[in-house]
Amino acid sequence: MSAHPPTRPIGWTLAVDTSTVVTAGLARDGRTVASEQAGDNHSHVELLVPTIQAVLADAGIGWADLAAIGVGVGPGPFTGLRVGVATAVTAGIAAGVPVIGVCSLDAIAAQWAARGAPAEFIIASDARRRELYWAAYRDGRRVGQPRVSAPAVLPELPTAGPGVRVYPDLLAPRRPGDAPLGLDAGLLAAHLHELPDVGLEPLYLRTPDAAPPTARKSALTGRRHRLRPGTAQ
Amino acid sequence: MSEPLVLGIESSCDETSVGIVRGEQLLANEVASSMELHARFGGVVPEVASRAHLEAIGPALRRAVAAADVDLSELDAVAVTAGPGLMGSLVVGLAAAKTLAAVLGRPLYGLNHLVGHVAVDLLDHPAGEPARPLARPTLALLVSGGHTQLLRVGNITGDVVEVGTTIDDAAGEAYDKVARLLGLPYPGGPVIDEAARGGDPTAIRFPRGLTAPHDMARHRFDYSFSGLKTAVARWVETRRLDGLDVPVADVAASFQEAVADVITAKAVDAARHHGITDMIIGGGVAANSRLRTLLAERTATAGVVLRRPRPGLCTDNGAMIAVLGAQIVEAGLEPSGLGIGADSGLPVGTVVVRD
Ligand SMILES: [Zn+2]
Repeated sequence: MSAHPPTRPIGWTLAVDTSTVVTAGLARDGRTVASEQAGDNHSHVELLVPTIQAVLADAGIGWADLAAIGVGVGPGPFTGLRVGVATAVTAGIAAGVPVIGVCSLDAIAAQWAARGAPAEFIIASDARRRELYWAAYRDGRRVGQPRVSAPAVLPELPTAGPGVRVYPDLLAPRRPGDAPLGLDAGLLAAHLHELPDVGLEPLYLRTPDAAPPTARKSALTGRRHRLRPGTAQ
Repeated sequence: MSEPLVLGIESSCDETSVGIVRGEQLLANEVASSMELHARFGGVVPEVASRAHLEAIGPALRRAVAAADVDLSELDAVAVTAGPGLMGSLVVGLAAAKTLAAVLGRPLYGLNHLVGHVAVDLLDHPAGEPARPLARPTLALLVSGGHTQLLRVGNITGDVVEVGTTIDDAAGEAYDKVARLLGLPYPGGPVIDEAARGGDPTAIRFPRGLTAPHDMARHRFDYSFSGLKTAVARWVETRRLDGLDVPVADVAASFQEAVADVITAKAVDAARHHGITDMIIGGGVAANSRLRTLLAERTATAGVVLRRPRPGLCTDNGAMIAVLGAQIVEAGLEPSGLGIGADSGLPVGTVVVRD
């Protein structure tokens, strides 16, 4: 982020993120041109491509005009994340455009840093199951890997991100008035080349809920043993 | 217009696949399976399958395009499984298909997976030769780890009616559970088929689900494998409690006989009842040797013509979705919009999903 002199990519950059709601944005030569947000946490596959199409159409460009595609790879609810990454990967292949994966928390951190964040801060988002995804930042750069934990474990530092709204009693007092609550894909498009490239595998941070079958219960008692496969978040 | 060049994406369960067809000619069918990842869990774990789909979709797309030796820009349409299937798995393929359609500016068809199993027969002919049209109507028997169904197919582009279905487990699930009971690996289908070769199918008389007179009144063409699975478990456990060895080959053969017997008997009964003279089998369990033999015998006796696409086309694959898409394009049906969602319980009567 601020440690590197910002490069000025020439041309159009599309950014998408599905770690919370559906967001899509465009930047031209490193300047935000458009930013859209749609839906709730359960309609990513329905809304993402139409939202991108609308953003491109509003800017008067097509997929062939893109020079780069950025995608937030989470952390976030798995099914939604995969919609964003599958879309970015496929668009990269079909349009012949390079695709860069960034940590969604880093994108929000960059938004805050761009308008004067404290020296140390936390970005948090909802991990459900009474936990938060979060990462710590110092001088605009992430310290260590993103984590998932109970809200009480978070360091007592200025905090921003969608997690603030999920635990307002704990986190709202830590949030300065101008700190971002959500990811702006237009700003992500603008900052894309300044953010760490974390690859295109979603940041799941949790292993799938599944256990190898244990000892079978007796069929003679009439009790049925059932494997309980894990479900996506 | 020449026959439509259609790319199909399938990701409803544990296979990530991209197929490309020109009309009824198969050009590519790339399949990546996550089956080994599920082995230690004894069944498909949805989250594990979904993660594998995302890893596999890009490479499968590239491989299919290379194998078909076409350029994406030549495609006339993109087809994709919209359901039924595992939600987390379906959305990976659907997201990829929508994006492809949007980038290429081509119509998207969100299709019914089950109907794809029927349409795939159109691809089972020597390259360059014309396809054999499907008889109208055809009775489709779909048997796999995910489905056990009888469909009356008047027209694969829009007239599909469910005649019967399983009321509990799919046949393939019963195979997996019995395999585990016998200490055999996952998936159960091939290993039980193999173990049964040395066994006596008449050694143990396991129950045939939903064949009692009162069941036949309400569930004449439906299946149930839960009771069979429990009966095998009881038999094996009793044997062990009595301090006796479990004759794995005999249990496997007797279980397989019960499955094949009830599946084929009800399928032929349904064909007779509905006056249908042509049957097609699909799904992974269609490769089962005993099911195949018994079905061939019984359909022949009943004067029913049986069609069985080659095993590589019976399991889940993208080509079956692509060829169904090509039929839909040729029939001039409206595409799905880019706003469609996945439907894990998509009814079989819905061949093309709409917004
Ligand atoms: Zn299937």
